[in-house]
Amino acid sequence: MKKLINAPETAVDQELAGMVAAHGDLIRVIEPNVVVRVDAPRPGKVGVISGGGSGHEPMHGGYVGMGMLDAACPGAVFTSPVPDQMLAATTAVNGGAGVLHIVKNYTGDIMNFELAAEMARAEGIEVSSVVIADDVAVKDSLYTAGRRGVGGTVLAEKIVGAAAEAGADLATVTALCQKVQDNVRSMGMALTSCTVPAAGKPTFELGEDEMEIGIGIHGEPGRTRMKLATADEITEMLAVPVLDDLPFKQGDSVLAFVNGMGGTPLMELYIVFNKLSQILKGRGVAIGRSFVGNWITSLEMAGCSITLLRLDDELTRFWDAPVKTPALRWGI
Amino acid sequence: MNGATSISYDEVVAWINTFAATVRDQKEYLTALDSAIGDADHGINMDRGLQAAIVKLPGLPARDIGAALKSVGMTMVSTVGGASGPLYGTFFLQFGTATAGREEIGLDDVVRALDAAIAGIQRLGKAEAGDKTMLDTLLPARDALRDAAGSAASIDDALARTVEAAEQGMLATTPLVARKGRASYLGERSAGHQDPGATSSYLLLKAAADTWSGTARGGTAR
Repeated sequence: MKKLINAPETAVDQELAGMVAAHGDLIRVIEPNVVVRVDAPRPGKVGVISGGGSGHEPMHGGYVGMGMLDAACPGAVFTSPVPDQMLAATTAVNGGAGVLHIVKNYTGDIMNFELAAEMARAEGIEVSSVVIADDVAVKDSLYTAGRRGVGGTVLAEKIVGAAAEAGADLATVTALCQKVQDNVRSMGMALTSCTVPAAGKPTFELGEDEMEIGIGIHGEPGRTRMKLATADEITEMLAVPVLDDLPFKQGDSVLAFVNGMGGTPLMELYIVFNKLSQILKGRGVAIGRSFVGNWITSLEMAGCSITLLRLDDELTRFWDAPVKTPALRWGI
Repeated sequence: MNGATSISYDEVVAWINTFAATVRDQKEYLTALDSAIGDADHGINMDRGLQAAIVKLPGLPARDIGAALKSVGMTMVSTVGGASGPLYGTFFLQFGTATAGREEIGLDDVVRALDAAIAGIQRLGKAEAGDKTMLDTLLPARDALRDAAGSAASIDDALARTVEAAEQGMLATTPLVARKGRASYLGERSAGHQDPGATSSYLLLKAAADTWSGTARGGTAR
C-alpha cells in the first residue's frame, strides 16, 4: 500500500483537523467527529445533516456550509458513522425548526441514523429522514437491501440545503429531498479497485484489461466484470440503464452529472460527458445544468459514475442558489 | 471448573475477552471475507469495538452479568459503525437485559438470553434464515442449544452441540445468494463466499464454548 498518510488509525482525525485548519471560517469539528457549520445553530432554520463512511471526499464534510449541509458525520473509511455522531450533529444544528437527516441507503447507515433519530426525538428535537437510493445497478426488490445511495446524494444535499437556507420549514425541506430522490438515477463503473487504509491491500483485483460495471462507492465489486471498452462504449453502458429506469423522456431537462471515483483525471470525465451529451441529444433530453468532477469518490478508485436528475423550475432555482462550503461555492 | 452447574460472572467476562482476542487474531481473515462480498472492513470494525468494550469491563462497579454485557453492547453501538455496530450492539444489549442483576447463569438462562438477543437482531435487521447473514449461524446454534438444554445435557455437551450447529450454519452460507446488507448488491455473484457476519458470530459462540467448557452441568437443573 502506497498512501500519503501517517497511520491508518489517525487518517480520519488528521483529515478533519486539516479541514478545520484550511476552512476554519466555514466549519468546526466537535466531538465525536462531527463537522459543523461554524455559525450553527441558526435560530429558526431547519438543520440539514448527512453522514457516511469516510473515503468519499469531498462528501460529506466538504459540503458543510452556507446553502448546503449544517453538519456531516464522517465514519471510519467506508464505515457508517455511529449514532452518537448523528445525535451530536442533530443537537448542534437544531435551531428550533427541526432537523432533516439525508441518509444514503446502506444497511449500516440506515440503522445508525435510525437509532440517532430516536434518541434526538427523545430529547425533544423534531427529526425527519429521507433515504437516497439512486443506483440503478442494484436490482430493487423486497428481498435485497435495495438500491444504494450514490451521486444523487450530492445533488440532494445542494438543493435541499438551499431550500433550508431560504427559510423553508421541515415538511417542505423533507418533501423537496424526496422529490430529488424520486427524480434522480445513477450508475457507476470502475477501472481499478481501491485500498482501504486499515486493510492495506486493494478490496478486489482487476486485471489490466478488465473493468467492473455497476459498482458502488465502497470499492465493492459490481454486478459484472468485463473486458475494458472505450469511453464511448462505457458511457453508453452507464447512460442507457439510467435513462431507461426513471424513465427520462423526450422533452425532459436534466442536470447531467459525470462524477469521478477519485483516481480518474478530469480529461477522461469530459470525454465521458461529451458522449453523454450526444446520447441525451439523440433522445431529445436537454441538459439544463451540468456538473463534472470528483464529487463523491471511492478513495483512489479509477472510474466514473453518471447521474441524471430531472429538473423543474424549483429544483433548478435551488441548484443555482448561492453556496459556500469547503468544496462547493458559487453565487456568492 | 469441572462439575460446576452454572456460568459465573468471571466466566462471562472471560467469554468477551476471548471473543475480543479471537477477533483481533482473525481480523485480517474477517476483513478478507468481507472484501469478497462487502466493503473490506468487518474485522477492522469489530476489533475496534471489542477492544473499546473490554477496556471498560474491569472498572464495572458490580459483578452483574447483565450490566457487563449491556456495557459491551453500548460500547459496540458507539464505536463499531456500519451494520455490525447496531447488530452486535443489540445482541449484547438484549443478552444483558435478559441476564440483568445476575452473578451467575445456567444453561436455561443462556437459552433465554440468546433468544432475546436474536429477536433483537431480527427486529433491527429484518433478516431471515437463508439471507446469508449472522442469523444463519445464530439461529441453528440457538436451536441446538435449546434442544440440548431441554434434554438435560451437560453444559459441556450443550456447548459442543451449539458450536457444531453454528459451524454448519456458517459454512452453509457459502452457496447462498445474499439478500441483506452490502453483499446483496452483488446478486448471484455473492454465492460462493462465506458470509463474514456469520463467521464472526461463529467465533462469538466458539469463544463461549472455549471459555465455558469444562463447566459441567450437575445432576440438578441449574
